[in-house]
Amino acid sequence: MDLRYSEKDEEFRADLRTWLEREVPAHGAPPPVNDWPARRAYDTGWQRKLFDAGYAGISWPKEYGGRDGSPTEQLVYYEEIARVNAPYIGVNFVGMLHGGPTLIAEGTPEQKKCHVPQILTGEQVWCQGFSEPGAGSDLAALATRAEVDGDHYVVSGHKIWCSFAQAADYCELLVRTDPEAKSRGITWLIMDMNSPGIEIRPLRTLAGEGEFSEVFLDNVRIPVSNRVGKENDGWRVKEVTFRFERGAAFASDMIHLKQFVSELVDLTRRAPEGPQGWNDRALRRQLGHFSAELDALWAMVKLSVCESSKTGIPGVGASAVKLFYTDLYQRITEFGVRLLGRAALSRDDVAGLPSERILARSMQALSLTIAAGTSQIQRNIISERILGLPREPRPAPPPRPAVES
Amino acid sequence: MDFQLDEDQLALREGVRSFCDGRVPLDSLASFEETAGFDRSLWTELAELGVFNLREPESAGGVGLGTADAVLVFAELGRRVVPGPLVWSHLAAGLVKGAATGETVVGGVEADIEPVLVEHLESLDVLLALRDTGVFRIDPRELEAAAIATPLDPLTPLHHVANLPAGEKIAGPEVAQRLRLEGATLASALLLGIAEATLEMALEYSKQREQFGRPIGSFQAMKHMMADMFVKQEVARAAAYAAGATLDQPSVGDIDRAVGSAKIISSEAALRNSGACIQVHGGMGFTWEVPVHYYLKRSWVLENCFGSIDEHSERVAIALADARE
Ligand SMILES: Cc1cc2nc3c(=O)[nH]c(=O)nc-3n(C[C@H](O)[C@H](O)[C@H](O)COP(=O)(O)OP(=O)(O)OC[C@H]3O[C@@H](n4cnc5c(N)ncnc54)[C@H](O)[C@@H]3O)c2cc1C
Repeated sequence: MDLRYSEKDEEFRADLRTWLEREVPAHGAPPPVNDWPARRAYDTGWQRKLFDAGYAGISWPKEYGGRDGSPTEQLVYYEEIARVNAPYIGVNFVGMLHGGPTLIAEGTPEQKKCHVPQILTGEQVWCQGFSEPGAGSDLAALATRAEVDGDHYVVSGHKIWCSFAQAADYCELLVRTDPEAKSRGITWLIMDMNSPGIEIRPLRTLAGEGEFSEVFLDNVRIPVSNRVGKENDGWRVKEVTFRFERGAAFASDMIHLKQFVSELVDLTRRAPEGPQGWNDRALRRQLGHFSAELDALWAMVKLSVCESSKTGIPGVGASAVKLFYTDLYQRITEFGVRLLGRAALSRDDVAGLPSERILARSMQALSLTIAAGTSQIQRNIISERILGLPREPRPAPPPRPAVES
Repeated sequence: MDFQLDEDQLALREGVRSFCDGRVPLDSLASFEETAGFDRSLWTELAELGVFNLREPESAGGVGLGTADAVLVFAELGRRVVPGPLVWSHLAAGLVKGAATGETVVGGVEADIEPVLVEHLESLDVLLALRDTGVFRIDPRELEAAAIATPLDPLTPLHHVANLPAGEKIAGPEVAQRLRLEGATLASALLLGIAEATLEMALEYSKQREQFGRPIGSFQAMKHMMADMFVKQEVARAAAYAAGATLDQPSVGDIDRAVGSAKIISSEAALRNSGACIQVHGGMGFTWEVPVHYYLKRSWVLENCFGSIDEHSERVAIALADARE
């Protein structure tokens, strides 16, 4: 049990820190949230800079432009980018955190060559088309149909909650290739977002942003060579995607959250006497408590990173990290809102209080226990797959209609 | 960095676990009520197992392991709520002759926290008192102490001491401070063991108890409770391991923060998981017969040793504020 970073890790940290301290201020402030072209340019521009400096894809293989770094370098990377408040991964989230890793683990050599380096350089932005209006938590109910026509799949259906669809070039798409089977009839495809037949309708989130969209697919032609894994094997492939999505994907956000708690300390100390002030012992303890929870969470990430470094794929324990992290995030941001008092009624900063940032975070927090598998689904996974408790009885399939003779 | 158990550590853990399974099985806990939570022969066996001299250098006849290893051992002892002044006797190994071998049973107390309640007084050969000025040795037989008729934890007898004598100073303030941190870490390990054991008991019962024609463990409300217990256990494990590793290698982080975090998180994990375990057991859970209550009561005892949740939270907050100066 050794928590020491190696000398090599520390050298890496020093270089990265010097680079970040120069480049982060130079990259400027992010554009307005609803200006998608500008956001794409800002986020991918940053990705390109990371790539040119050798800091994109820390743990990705060298042959695709990655650094082939150790899992601990990955941790150092997260610690450092959060420390200097580097630009958020933004539109590169899906490609960098689960699309690319899924292709590295499951893709064909051609698929890897065609996409992995381009994700790293920021040339390719990815989105995820898994959920459907009738298939959210029950993803196996998805209905988007794919039928083979020569060397293409022809795909029709309706996807929803597709984050960054407006800015994406490619999509991790789950389609139904066997209408009879449930989870065994699903296939994982790479969809070019510029294909004819795709219509994107942005949805407004409760925070007022256009983070995700509905995507309508009308006879979209996707080459069979874009299939990742075998036909009808998509359920297994998507499990790989999920492991990455739920694993250390939130690592840098966790460290941001640590900084957020420190900022709340500053905020309470500015008016030590008031009802939201530092001299309130219960409030002080609450802040100390959050900080202790965050430290424990980070230790948990280290444990799970060291564990998954053996297999290359995060374990099911990632569900425990996600569950704890997202709940803690909500408790901390809710507390932040309480500190604002009546200033929380305004999304603009008033009276010198940082309403904008605190409210933006607290609203974002509401999505964390829903996206990437709800907390209830994570609990099902833990109780059934880790603790071995009996599965909920599934309803019997409806009786087949009697055949009229 | 390899924040995982190595082969030796896995073997160490396995060894202590199988000792506890054989020597302190779950259904033996009640028998400790008759011996006021202490059993000399068990104490000697624990000493032979290396529980007290684990971190003593090999040159001094110890096992020569680190605090991270001690965390693993104490988590196993916590799983069986093994009674006795385990942490204090372990801490005393380098300070009091005979503690490392189990010949001298050493207890301890934070002298400046009122009321002064001494655990296991009647079994002690030596009592240590921690003060800001250092570590003091007191002869337990010289204490004027009133026995508490009904201690919360039936396996942790208590005496109330109105006037604690000064005792003989055997170490300075730095040692006192180090013992506090190590004590908090080992208490965290015991609490982690409690969080683990109560989840295990809940799982076992929920798979076998049936209502509405199926095991209660198949009801989602029950499953989600146990999933939450698992999360608490895993966070506590990460925090307790990190505290041990940080004490062994202070360069890896802030010791006060790592230890404070472990004590806070593992106390909560133990308290919540033993409470949830009682809930999973339904009416049976509220009986004396089902041993979960020993776990809950020990959690309360340990939460109040070497700094409570609130005390550590406050300390962490002040450290945060200092860091912002
Ligand atoms: C910000 C955000 C971004 C997203 N981005 C994407 C994306 O890019 N691509 C994509 O494909 N999807 C995306 N999603 C969709 C997300 O994965 C789904 O919203 C999620 O899986 C839940 O599905 P649902 O919304 O249909 O809710 P439902 O499945 O209808 O769930 C509604 C409620 O019922 C509960 N519930 C459902 N089933 C069970 C059960 N078996 N046991 C107990 N409770 C249950 C849920 O926990 C939830 O509380 C995003 C969602 C959000 C909020």
